[in-house]
Amino acid sequence: MKAYETVIGLEVHVELATKSKIFCGCTTQFGGDPNTHVCPVCSGMPGTLPVLNKQVVEFAMAAGLALNCSITQKCKFDRKNYFYPDLPKAYQISQLYLPICRDGGIEIETAAGKKTVRIHEIHMEEDAGKLVHDPWEDCTLVDYNRCGVPLIEIVSEPDMRSADEVIAYLEKLRLILQYLGVSDCKMQEGSLRADINLSIREVGAPEFGTRTEMKNMNSFKAIARAIEGERKRQIELLEYGRKVVQETRRWDDNKDTSFAMRSKEDAQDYRYFPEPDLPPIEISDEWLQTVKVRQPELRDEKMLRYEKEFDIPEYDALIITGSKHLADLFEETVALCGKPKEVSNWLMVETMRLLKEQEMEPEAISFTPAQLSALIKLVDGNKINRTVAKEVFEKIFKENVDPEEYVEKNGLGMVSDDGLLRSTIEQIIANSPQSVADYKSGKVKAMGFIVGQTMKEMKGKADPGMVNQIVKEMLDAL
Amino acid sequence: MKDLVKMSALEIGRMIKAKEITVLDAVKAQLEVIKQRDPEYHCFITVLEEEAYAQAAEVQKRIDAGELDDSPLAGVPMAVKDNICTKGVKTTCASKILYNFEPIYDATVIEKLKKAGAVIIGKTNMDEFAMGSTTETSHFGETKNPWDTSCVPGGSSGGSAAAVAAEEVFYALGSDTGGSIRQPASYCGVTGIKPTYGTVSRYGLIAYASSLDQIGTFGRNISDCAVALEVISGHDAKDSTSVSTESFQYTKALVDDVKGLRIGIPKDYLGAGLEEDVKESILKAAEIFRSKGAIVEEFELHSVDYAVPSYYVVACAEASSNLSRFDGVKYGYHSEKAEGLQEVYKNTRSEGFGNEVKRRMMIGAFVLSSGYYDAFYNKALKVRAIINDGFQKAFEKYDIILGPTAPETAPTLGESLSDPLKMYLSDIYTVSVNLAGLPAVSIPCGRDSKGLPIGMQLIGKHFGENEIIRAAYSFEQSVEYERPTAIAAEGKEDKSSGNQEEKSSPKKED
Repeated sequence: MKAYETVIGLEVHVELATKSKIFCGCTTQFGGDPNTHVCPVCSGMPGTLPVLNKQVVEFAMAAGLALNCSITQKCKFDRKNYFYPDLPKAYQISQLYLPICRDGGIEIETAAGKKTVRIHEIHMEEDAGKLVHDPWEDCTLVDYNRCGVPLIEIVSEPDMRSADEVIAYLEKLRLILQYLGVSDCKMQEGSLRADINLSIREVGAPEFGTRTEMKNMNSFKAIARAIEGERKRQIELLEYGRKVVQETRRWDDNKDTSFAMRSKEDAQDYRYFPEPDLPPIEISDEWLQTVKVRQPELRDEKMLRYEKEFDIPEYDALIITGSKHLADLFEETVALCGKPKEVSNWLMVETMRLLKEQEMEPEAISFTPAQLSALIKLVDGNKINRTVAKEVFEKIFKENVDPEEYVEKNGLGMVSDDGLLRSTIEQIIANSPQSVADYKSGKVKAMGFIVGQTMKEMKGKADPGMVNQIVKEMLDAL
Repeated sequence: MKDLVKMSALEIGRMIKAKEITVLDAVKAQLEVIKQRDPEYHCFITVLEEEAYAQAAEVQKRIDAGELDDSPLAGVPMAVKDNICTKGVKTTCASKILYNFEPIYDATVIEKLKKAGAVIIGKTNMDEFAMGSTTETSHFGETKNPWDTSCVPGGSSGGSAAAVAAEEVFYALGSDTGGSIRQPASYCGVTGIKPTYGTVSRYGLIAYASSLDQIGTFGRNISDCAVALEVISGHDAKDSTSVSTESFQYTKALVDDVKGLRIGIPKDYLGAGLEEDVKESILKAAEIFRSKGAIVEEFELHSVDYAVPSYYVVACAEASSNLSRFDGVKYGYHSEKAEGLQEVYKNTRSEGFGNEVKRRMMIGAFVLSSGYYDAFYNKALKVRAIINDGFQKAFEKYDIILGPTAPETAPTLGESLSDPLKMYLSDIYTVSVNLAGLPAVSIPCGRDSKGLPIGMQLIGKHFGENEIIRAAYSFEQSVEYERPTAIAAEGKEDKSSGNQEEKSSPKKED
């Protein structure tokens, strides 16, 4: 077999986290009963007109700036015309001729090293609705709730050469967008969708091969599988002397294979033309500056600050800043309890363990900074010991309990009642003549047995320092 | 009571305020005339009899409560072209594909009219989706010209123009994409104004060509048109192409004074293709302006020849996109014979649209298709810019531009449909105004040898409505308003039967 190189470019659709839709005041909230988040405008009723949501432009600008693009200060919208029931106007308002951002790029790092993936453009557009098949009535229904939800499409250059690089690019992209607050980037809810353009060529060939476009992957793992599958499929075709057909393919993750959707010959002519219902967007220098100034701290800056300001290890900073949600949780908890190292430990050890155990992403963590901070304060104030703390944390993580209330209700507070401890220890000493004899004969270690018995008797809630001290005192006094 | 309908909208408004008549009197009188005359002229697709009575009672209450003291047209019955959305009232665009469509919202102009106490008495006939110059492409049958029922009323707002001419309504709304208000006004002997693009909100106007469409008004004189236009003008947050910088006070311009007004007549508008009678009337009108102290000159406007082709490229392109949403999925006509999605689209649209609409959608899809975009659509945009420049240059020298509204008077029914190219070319004086987004008014200025009305067009600079309104008002003071012969004759019968006194000209009421 010849040596082949895989060439990959990505089109990433990201739903923006604006409160209202791109051209009307309807909510962008995910879910909702079918056709409840709609109005005459987003359902495309005759006579209605779009009014641009300025926040969409600002989010697109923020994304462009963070991805090192140049901003098109005079940009405009175009109409992309095609018939489909999920598109009630029969055209999508998008940008073809003058997209808002162009010529950017980000650096990614994989086992193969560092490289820059160039970004060709970012354009703004509206999302379409959803078709739902009703198996009972054997008919198809339309839900327009997603219609008009703002999207940006980030188009990369064909700069990636492996699934690893694609995943690294997507992870970096997702993190940047999350840090900017422009999108929650949840693949499961469709707020981040990537289409893969992939071709194969012999190593050293000057021209790209014929590419296919792969759609419908809803996790990074599925993307990696789809790339591997498509790479193999194309190489096989070439090896058998056949040709790759330029087409759009649909990935079926359950079957671990892809199916041709439409070939280049059936490709639609979208008859793009400038949207006459919207005047061109003029982005003044001042407006651009305002957005620039408002850009939040991104990951690299944040990592450096964590190491410096909170004195936590580089590795911890790397992991915590690897998720916007985790980083926010960290900073907000530190602000409440003032113990960065403690917070970092809870996140790095117990949180990571539970995430792994529950197969969850950090974004899905539901406990609050207040809960974690309260727990840290309980430990710090010797109200509970570490063993109990771990148990309480698990309850916080899984059931969102209030730590103080939970400790109180379950009687998990540390016993520091001198009298109770003394009478308990007295009893144990009386029942352990062998250990006492050993201790008295100089085997100091024998004290450990008494302490252990005491802790067991106290169901782990006794203050170990106090127990040690009293046991020693009482043994010595014998 | 029948004589009430001959009066101007403003006079009716005044009489209602003065309690000389009630809103109900006006509505009753109007509905009576509609019942009598509309079977012949067919100006309306929908007459809102019950609704009009209900509105009359409500508006009367508001008037009595003093809420509408600032609305000179409160209580005056009016009509709306059937491509403007009215909540819960059929809005068909005169098309089979929307034969049963009831909008779930009111257009911004309708909200404004209702607020001002207008009584909407019906929805008027038009060319299907405003595509046509004769009102013959309507799915509901043609409207006839009240001056001669063998002739067309013009179009596409033919129903509104004819209704005003036939005294079936005091004033009416139309829409103008390439002359659809001015040309029927001209053919029916009434006044029609299309304001500067961006003056009136398009929210709720079912789009034909978004970058050209504007809503405007019809009346039997310029005062009614101007007052009605003032009601519906103004910035609308729901229409991004509506302007917020202008104040729209047209009634201020109702002054008989054209002294020193610089009027240019494009020589290109008087050349080949112009009917001799029309030309004579225009030159006579120019003389009247001159005699009243205006400076009138002929000049070369150029690029006139390119207006019609570039208009049809731009308008059809936008229409092909705007009309794609009518697919039988969500509302309107749905083909019963269809199986599967492709057939639903194909059959619904094949059966639901008329030939003229299909022709324009096909032209539009063609000029936008890849490989042809630059040669047609892009080139048309360039021509559009050149046409705009030509007007800008002319307005450095002139305050208004004067010319004919249409090259000929109303053709007979059926004449235009057999020769669409000729029909398109008859838009020569009106389409460039839309391409440049300028305001223009058509006012009656005489009759041809067949007795049919001739209209002259006054074009203003951007937001120069007040100049053209002033010129129109001033001209009106020098000529009599002429009523369609049959209707004037009927008026005389009324007089002989001893009803109220004859009011031959609404102008005199002002």
